[in-house]
Amino acid sequence: MGRKTVLHDLHVALGARMVDFGGWDMPVNYGSQIEEHHRVRREAGVFDVSHMCVVDLRGAGVRRFLSRLLANDVGKLWKSGKALYSCMLNDAGGVIDDLIVYYQGEQWWRIVVNAGTRDKDLAWMRRCASEWQVELSITERTDLAIVAVQGPQARTHVASLLEVEDREPALSLGSYEARECGLWFVARTGYTGEDGFEVMLPAEEAPSVWRALNAAGVASCGLGARDTLRLEAGMNLYGNDMDESHHPLESNLAWTVAFEPADREFVGRAALERLRAAGVPHKLVGLVLEERGVLRAHQRVIVPASGNGEDAGAGEITSGSFSPTLERSIAFARVPQTVPDVVHVDIRGKLLPARVVKLPFVRHGRILINL
Amino acid sequence: MSQVPAELKYAKSHEWARFLPDGRVEIGITDHAQQALGDLVFVEVPETGRVLEAGAACAVVESVKAASDVYAPIAGTVVEGNAELAANPELINQDCYGRGWLMRVQPASATALEALLSPEAYSAVLASAEA
Repeated sequence: MGRKTVLHDLHVALGARMVDFGGWDMPVNYGSQIEEHHRVRREAGVFDVSHMCVVDLRGAGVRRFLSRLLANDVGKLWKSGKALYSCMLNDAGGVIDDLIVYYQGEQWWRIVVNAGTRDKDLAWMRRCASEWQVELSITERTDLAIVAVQGPQARTHVASLLEVEDREPALSLGSYEARECGLWFVARTGYTGEDGFEVMLPAEEAPSVWRALNAAGVASCGLGARDTLRLEAGMNLYGNDMDESHHPLESNLAWTVAFEPADREFVGRAALERLRAAGVPHKLVGLVLEERGVLRAHQRVIVPASGNGEDAGAGEITSGSFSPTLERSIAFARVPQTVPDVVHVDIRGKLLPARVVKLPFVRHGRILINL
Repeated sequence: MSQVPAELKYAKSHEWARFLPDGRVEIGITDHAQQALGDLVFVEVPETGRVLEAGAACAVVESVKAASDVYAPIAGTVVEGNAELAANPELINQDCYGRGWLMRVQPASATALEALLSPEAYSAVLASAEA
């Protein structure tokens, strides 16, 4: 028996197929994962992501703390309401977790981390705070639920559930901005490649909000569709595409590491600088399978030897699935820095050709690669 | 609750078998199996002429979620794979006991089906798995 979110009984009543996800009983779909995927790309869908962990940081020392804790630079957060995606690294540069940090004021910051990593993340944050003697409080907000409403029509649907005076300010939020609307925390963030809001709200309100969204035509969507949507959108999944033994520079996350300003000492910086200076041998790329079949995590990628006769070595798929938008199989793969346009993937002993492409595959309903 | 048609025989690994009037046996995966897999996106059926041992992996069905082997419920020789599934794997979700059949087999023995589960016995397997 896994842990349950406040929406568990509603998922079951809606006919969801429940699966274990990081120790939580979560809906994988409510019938058809592909249909749910298309609803998000074309209209709007709602996901229960209450298994994720909301952590509030309060106190005068938070900025200094996060500046050292995170690989991205909270110095970019100077305007209240802004948010930032970042990795939290260990000393070796490995990824402890990826997260979003929301800046609401010098005394109040909010972080959302992954469900499966919550205990180690909290322990790590508390240990760092204690070692660095920072004055702050770290509070896990188990009283909140999180619903992600995603799709081209998502923001309008959420706005209609807000108090009249909150609607315009919520609709005016830019990408990676958030604001409090009464007891709700409305953020223009997501994990689908579509526009939308992630709403953190008192847990007891979540079931009625979900029903109201359904009544307005927003589709209930499970974690299955969430996975194919994020894959198409070129967004990494912690534990698959990066982890403690894989650093951001080989995980298509170099853009999230702020080496500037040069005097900001953050955990993992020294290790990443050494890696960067030595040359990072691998990178994470997109693959599109040229034939029928499905790419899956851990399948072997065969890279032909380069022109100078040197064996380029092999790669591995980190995430793969069928893309409902492309109607082809797609994947992320960790491969040598130099790869040809076409590699081969070992699928049950057969070597099938796959094309190397630039991520993302899909953004805002549009296919961004040549098929 | 998943459907378990009364006129078919079953394997514990969630395949069904239908005895056709010409002596051949049609094989597919059960409603429970297709529900568990979710939307199917790729199906690999065996080639005609392939000899199957009972219990051996004989086909692959892949959903958005996972790849899964299909095991031959009986021994025999494949006489036909369902060619329609290559372009329309979703037929298995829509009609797993009809248009979503996987293969037709000439059984190695006339009594091949006797070892399989009755609908009642298969329903009991499902009930205990879901309990």
